[in-house]
Amino acid sequence: MKNLWNVFVNGIVEENAVLKLMLGLCPVLAVSITILNGVGMGLATTFVLLGSNLTISIIRRWVPKEIRIPVFIIVIATFVTITDLIMAAYFPPLHKALGIFIPLIVVNCIVMGRAEAFASRQSTVWSIVDAIGIGAGFILTLFILSGIRELLGNGTILGYPVVPSNFEPALIMILPPGAFFTIGLMISIFNTIFKKKGAGGGHQHGSS
Amino acid sequence: MDLLNLFIAALLVNNIVLMRFLALCSYVGMTTDIGAALGMSWAVTFVMVLAGAVTWFLNNLLLIPFGLTYLSTLTFILVIASLVQLVELYLRKSVPSLYRVMGIYLPLITTNCAILGVTFINQREGYTLIKAVVSSAGVALGYVLALFLLANLRERIKNSNVPAPLSGYPIVFIMTALLSIAFMGFSGMAK
Repeated sequence: MKNLWNVFVNGIVEENAVLKLMLGLCPVLAVSITILNGVGMGLATTFVLLGSNLTISIIRRWVPKEIRIPVFIIVIATFVTITDLIMAAYFPPLHKALGIFIPLIVVNCIVMGRAEAFASRQSTVWSIVDAIGIGAGFILTLFILSGIRELLGNGTILGYPVVPSNFEPALIMILPPGAFFTIGLMISIFNTIFKKKGAGGGHQHGSS
Repeated sequence: MDLLNLFIAALLVNNIVLMRFLALCSYVGMTTDIGAALGMSWAVTFVMVLAGAVTWFLNNLLLIPFGLTYLSTLTFILVIASLVQLVELYLRKSVPSLYRVMGIYLPLITTNCAILGVTFINQREGYTLIKAVVSSAGVALGYVLALFLLANLRERIKNSNVPAPLSGYPIVFIMTALLSIAFMGFSGMAK
């Protein structure tokens, strides 16, 4: 039980996909204009991650090592298509706002990374917990980033105005430069708080 | 003129990395030295233009006539994955000099979201074949430009005294933010 909890927390802090491993940056920066979009993207990705981790950990015994990558891609693409269709049917405005970033979950390095590094080696229960942990870390990151951007760039939280009327929203925050600037500062703060081993990042990255 | 407009829009105004946030993994990961950045860029350019053309045929001759567009995610990623394999085999056999420059980057390209992203953009905009190829080329060269600029910036900053909490990735993102502000100056130049 203790170990399952460790796997879960690991996904949020030690292996936080965005802030620590620099994976899945594209959708994070692109959709974090409002909290609703950010968390919607987080949930969609977590759903795909859960589905792919679950399926891959079940079928891993029967997948030959040589062709595992194409097999993983097909599994992931299937769940992305399911997500895409469900969102188009039930949440059309969100689906429209997220645009091409829904189908692009297919090439989100987080999903493929967990399939390769975790689900293809571990049992089903562990893979599910891993998916939930990584997904929670991802959603949390998106929530903080989009919260900062929505508050400073638009003066609202979840669409409700929360700032005094003499506050002038900084438009730059919801434009692309604001995203890069905020994520830079977030990584810097995250590294400073959780600096234990390896001191200050910069040694580990996936280049895909 | 229309095509030039499209090209400039894809290259600068909607720069794939700095404005559309695609391919950030390779943008951050591959720019520690200029040579690697350029090798990766040319490999991406090559595959991107090819993928733009191939998926156009697939989309217009197969998916749309048979009403299968909901399968485009699955089809496009498989096409790109096999295309990358083919290009790799072909280059290794026939053009070894080129293979030496960009060979090692090719396997990484399958999961480069810019390539899949371009095929979706082409599909959603309903471009003609020529427009799809011109737009893909513009996007690809925009990627080359962004990687080249950042690689040079990172080369420069190696000897500078960056504040400790910002060293590593944070300073890269802050430089990117500044680059992105510069690129916003292009908005309005083309549609």
